[in-house]
Amino acid sequence: MMVTRSYMSRREVEQQSFSIPVTVLVPLGAVLLQVLLPRVFHGLAILDLPFIVTLFFAISRRSAIAGTATGACIGLLQDVLTGQPIGVNGMAKSVIGYAGASLGSRIDVENTATRALLAFGFSLVQSVLLYLIERRLLGIRAFHLLWLHELLRAAANTAVALPVFLLLDRAKHQE
Amino acid sequence: MDFLTQYKNALFLIAVLLAQAIALAVQVRSPVDAAKPDGPSVRLIRMWAMTSVTPVERVTHALGSGAGHAWSEYIDLRHVRQQNKDLQQQIARMRIEEAAISEDALEGRRLQAMLGFKESYVGSTVAAEVIGASGSEQSHMLTIDKGSRDGLRPDMAVITQNGVVGKLRDVFPATSEVLELNDQSSGAGVVLATTRIRAILRGTLTGRVQIGNLTADSRIQPGEQVLTSGGDQVYPRGLPVGVVESIAPDPDHQPYSAIRVRPAVDLDRVEEVLVITGMQADLTPAVQQDLAAAEVQHAADLSAERLPGIHDDANPAAASGAAPAANAPPVTPHPLPVLHSDRFTSGTTPPATEMTPGAASSAESSPGAPSSTQAQPQSGATR
Repeated sequence: MMVTRSYMSRREVEQQSFSIPVTVLVPLGAVLLQVLLPRVFHGLAILDLPFIVTLFFAISRRSAIAGTATGACIGLLQDVLTGQPIGVNGMAKSVIGYAGASLGSRIDVENTATRALLAFGFSLVQSVLLYLIERRLLGIRAFHLLWLHELLRAAANTAVALPVFLLLDRAKHQE
Repeated sequence: MDFLTQYKNALFLIAVLLAQAIALAVQVRSPVDAAKPDGPSVRLIRMWAMTSVTPVERVTHALGSGAGHAWSEYIDLRHVRQQNKDLQQQIARMRIEEAAISEDALEGRRLQAMLGFKESYVGSTVAAEVIGASGSEQSHMLTIDKGSRDGLRPDMAVITQNGVVGKLRDVFPATSEVLELNDQSSGAGVVLATTRIRAILRGTLTGRVQIGNLTADSRIQPGEQVLTSGGDQVYPRGLPVGVVESIAPDPDHQPYSAIRVRPAVDLDRVEEVLVITGMQADLTPAVQQDLAAAEVQHAADLSAERLPGIHDDANPAAASGAAPAANAPPVTPHPLPVLHSDRFTSGTTPPATEMTPGAASSAESSPGAPSSTQAQPQSGATR
């Protein structure tokens, strides 16, 4: 009798899944909070909670396809609710999901410092992507990249991402 | 087949990006109708999303406003009496100002009638509460709790008592989205109040409001008020938009200036708005009544100016326009106060019982005679 052996990569071994309620409700909650929080304090508009959730699911699942799909869904929902052309955030977050998942399968993403670096770096990447989409694809000439503001946004996203990641870690199912 | 398996992740990403790029291209290519900024399919998607989100927004808004109401109405009532007193004084002052302004309005109306000038006035409004915001720095939109069921339509102007907020962009059955003045896709026709220069006001990416189609003009100064011009067929003429904050050369669009405007409404903290649902060629009956009353008062004031002796300076409200009450006592005429009192001035002469025959005639020499400085308040008190 021939024994069939399969070799699983580190990525496949450490893939983590989430229950369906968490998969659906957490992104929805993030998008809703993003819409509601700036009503309480306008300064909170600098945060991008859907981005944080996209990044978390991407680096946790370590599946590029799942990361891309999650990013696309969250981004499209954000576009629909913010009145922007549908696809702006969808495209940016698809790339973030893909890149986050690809990187998550290669490095240790459980470390807090790594997570902080990822959140900060990907926040800047998203700003550049949004700039390219708005300026190049949509042809909005008035769209400028305000670097100081984007650095502040990245810092704010990182500061919020770390506790949110710790909170969402509890919802993981190890496979 | 191996190729597909090997690069399935990248191919999936490319497919997703391509699909969204095509969707974006379709949205950008769609003919942009002012009343329908989105195509029918995009509008449908937005409507579904808004319909799903609106109940949550309503609940959170109700919870938030309930807590705020409990705090402001029952707990935080310090200084309310003083505020009430101040407000009453402010109302009194404003009534006086209103009477004067009504005069100008009346005169303007007469001139307009003479010139056959067509004017339109705010006819009807719908009050709405803000229940949500876009939550993004790229777009500045508000969600209000009134929609097409309440008679709202796209492109209707949205205002508060302080000035213009924006206009309706998407109108759904129960809710609507307001495009604020500071959104980068927003625009409004404005006129500078003093110089009467017409311009186009636009929102910027950073959420500011600026005029960008004017060249440098030394007449435009910070502090000048900006009003709606009415030329855009969205905002009625004369509504306050804001105040010129700064003027600087626009590096992106030379030789134009970037005139930054501070909005009259704090666009980040709008709670309740009025949507202008109808305009009319004539004033509302209530305003017409006010103007008629002002005209009657104006006639009374003209008569009073010709008879300066019957001015009641002790009661300025009565003197400057407020209609006297029917049961008010008649005003007793009093002489105006003197500038330099002398011995003939009323009140400076001592009573006859205190006068001694053959005594010195000077009033000042008499010990019982009041001095001229004492006579002034006495005279004033009798008026």
